[in-house]
Parts: sequence; structure tokens; C-alpha cells
Amino acid sequence: MNFFNHFGRYILMIKGMLTKPENWRMYWKELMHQCSDIGIGSLGIVMIVALFIGAVSTLQTAYQLVSNLIPKSTIAQIVRDTVILEFAPTISCIVLAGVVGSKIASELGNMRVSEQIDALEIMGINTKAYLIMPKILASFIMIPLLVIIAGVLGIWGGRLAGTWAGILSPEEFDGGLLSGFLPFNVSFALYKAYTFAFIISSIPAYFGYYVQGGALEIGKASTTAVVTSCIMILFADYVLAALLL
Amino acid sequence: MIEIKNLKKSFGDKVVINGVSALMEAGKANLIIGASGSGKTVLMKCLVGLFEPDSGEILYSGHNFTEMEDEERKELRQQIGMLFQGSALFDSQTVQQNVMFPLDMFTTLTFSEKLKKVNEVLERVNLKDANKKFPAEISGGMKKRVGIARAIVLNPKYLFCDEPNSGLDPQTSLVIDKLIYEVTREFNMTTVINTHDMNSVMEIGDHIIYMHQGEKEWEGSNKQIIYSKSKKLNDFIFASEFLQDVKEMRMLEAEGKVNNGKKE
Repeated sequence: MNFFNHFGRYILMIKGMLTKPENWRMYWKELMHQCSDIGIGSLGIVMIVALFIGAVSTLQTAYQLVSNLIPKSTIAQIVRDTVILEFAPTISCIVLAGVVGSKIASELGNMRVSEQIDALEIMGINTKAYLIMPKILASFIMIPLLVIIAGVLGIWGGRLAGTWAGILSPEEFDGGLLSGFLPFNVSFALYKAYTFAFIISSIPAYFGYYVQGGALEIGKASTTAVVTSCIMILFADYVLAALLL
Repeated sequence: MIEIKNLKKSFGDKVVINGVSALMEAGKANLIIGASGSGKTVLMKCLVGLFEPDSGEILYSGHNFTEMEDEERKELRQQIGMLFQGSALFDSQTVQQNVMFPLDMFTTLTFSEKLKKVNEVLERVNLKDANKKFPAEISGGMKKRVGIARAIVLNPKYLFCDEPNSGLDPQTSLVIDKLIYEVTREFNMTTVINTHDMNSVMEIGDHIIYMHQGEKEWEGSNKQIIYSKSKKLNDFIFASEFLQDVKEMRMLEAEGKVNNGKKE
């Protein structure tokens, strides 16, 4: 099936989920369940990745800044801006594409193959709305929060690594952190987070929802979903940077 | 009552259902039988709306399902229960939550009222002690019974069963057949069963439709099937020597020459 067929079916899937819920309370319950799965379920890995990326950023920036003319607080500025602009939203979301994306694709794929989606359809439930919409909404709620946490922890990791390695004092780091801060960078990171949240949830949902076959096809769909999501995240990252910076 | 009129369905060039017409009455077990690839699963999926037929009509108590708007279909589907081949239970939910799901979604009952209803249907399918178990913790036969309980919890007018005996031992198959037959009579449902199981055909087949290469080859009851002259049907139903012996025995029984396998 070519790209246009996939794209057309993806758009129809998105359109198909925009209907009035059969029962608001059940949809709310499902939304909360997904928020917990996506948010709490991914918190640990996002924290670990953010801490180490911030720490490595400080060490590598210090390694490249060999001139004594450049104040050490510049390291904190560079770490702050790279973490906020790129590492927290993009790297975290690529990790989330693996964690959340594969989970969404395999969960929906398994439901399709074991006829659970058919069972819901026969009950008169719009499965696109009931199964996919809460996942996308939960991603919109939880992924920006995870990106904010990743940003804070990334900078904190950088501060710890800089101090422990004796590169700069906490006071020097804090000074650099506050100088030349642009609040727009945080907004830009959140624009990215919302865009990536949609990619991370909707693309794997598409591949999982339309899976055909058995266990092997679920695995393939999951892999395709993660790879496609990662490529789309990088592409969207470039487009957003080109348009907004 | 479900009436099918000249139903046709193709996938590309392959004609899967070719002009099938049938009448499925309420309070009866209507069986669709046929070899693999004969179109019986596609026919059932057309009946429940999982596939759109190319032409023809499906009338649920006189209302044309094929021409219904989405909202009308949604309302009708709340009167339809379905038991799937693999039971299609929700893995992440307990037996109680699985059976309660349609009540949660479509009724405004309080939790205690829903629980009472769930316990009633679980007791009806002889599963009153399995409420807290997950699908992975119960046997295939129990899964089927939970599937039946979930299908009947909203008191549907129509029950569809796709291969209800697949993967079950003969004894459990009999239990499931008996259960489906009993609930069909008890709730006066129009039950449509898609099966390969010849035991089901002989035991509960009030009305049998034999499909062959997408067409209805034969129609009748389990009483009539042993007298059928259709070679295709006889080749399919009485495929083994054992089943041919059963057929002869049934014929002798019907003629009063034997009683319960003993000569008079």
C-alpha cells in the first residue's frame, strides 16, 4: 500500500474519532487510565534520560570551551538552551515514541487480532473514539508535563555534573542559568511537545488499529509505528525550528 | 427475526457471498454450516455490520440494516449480542468487569444494580465464583461462558455465535451448545450460530443453512438433514464412516426400528 493510501486512511481515522461519546463517564475513565499509563508509566525512563543528557551536555560543553576568555557561566547558558530547545522535547519524545508508541500499537494490534475491537463495534461503540481519542488526549496532557520535567531534570543533572567534576561552582552555574534567558524558548519547547505528543499517539494508534494477521504482524506494526514516529518527530522538529526560530 | 434477501459480497474479483436469502426466526437456533472458505464467516460479519454487503438486504424485524444511518445502527447494535470464536474478552478486565462493560456503557443503573445483573447472568452460565478472575486465569470453556454472559447481559433480541465450540473438548462443547440453546429459548432470541461442529448441527440445529462456495446449497432442520439428497451436503456432514453410521442410526430411529441404539 502506498503512502497516499496510508495517509488517507490515517486522516479518515482521525476524522472517525471525532464523534459524541456514547457515555462521557466511560470515556473519562479511559482518559484517566491512559494518562496514568502514558504519564506515570514513562516517568522513570524520561527522568533517567534527562538527568544523564544534562550531565553529559555540561561535561562536553566544558570540554569544548578551552579559551580562558569565555566565562564558565557560559557553560550553564549553553546547557540551559540546548536542554530546553532540543534535548528535553526532542530526545525525550524519541524515547517516548519507543515506550509509549510501541505500547499503543501493540495494545490496539492485540485488540484487533483477538477481535476485541470487533466486539466493541458490535456493541455499538465507536472504537476509534473510545480507543484512540483518549490516548491522543492523554498524550496531549502528559507529554508536555514530561517534557517540562525532563527540562528541569536535564538542567539539574548538568548542574550536578559540573559541580562534581569541578568544572564550575553551583553559584557560577546558577548565574549563567539566569543570564540571557528567553521565555520564548520554553514556549517553543512546549509547541514541540504538543506536536510530538500528537505524532507519538496517533501514528502508533493507526498502525495498531489497522493491523491484520497475528502475533508476527503485531510485532511488525509496533516496529513500523516506532520508526515512523521517530522519523516524523525529527521532520517536525526541523519544520518547527525553521518556522519559529 | 432476521431476513436476508439476495445478499452479495465480493472482495476484488472474488465473489464470497452470491445471492444468499434466508429467514432466521426468533426462539430458534439458526446454524450456518459449510466448509472453510464457503463464506459463512463473511455472511455473519455482513449480518452484524462488520462488512458492508455489495447488494441485497438484511432485515432485523422488518428494519433494513443495510440502509440504516449510523445512529440507527448504534441503537440496533445494543440489541445484538455476539460470542466470538476466541471469546474476545478484554484482557485487562476481570470477568465481572467484562460482563459489566455493556451495562456501564449503555445504562444508567447504579453499581449495585449492575452487580446484581452481572451476578444473575454469571449464575445463568454457571460461573458465579469467577467474578474476580482475569481472562488469562480461566479455561477456554469458561471464557466462552463469560462471552455468552457478556453477550446476553443487555437482554439482546439477536445473538450471534461465531464457532462457539472451536478449541473445546466434546463435553464442554455440549455444555456450551446446551447453554446457547437454553438462553435462545428462554429469552426468545434470534440466534445465529456459525459452526463446523456436527454435534451442534444434530443437537441444536432448529434451522440449518448449508453454504457452499458462497451460495446457499441447502436449508432445513436437523431432523431433515439426515434425509437430504444433496451430495455436497452429505459429503460435508457425513464425511467419516463414523458419521455415516450415526446417520443410519438416526434414520432407523426416525423410522422406529431402533430405540437409543438398541434394536426393537
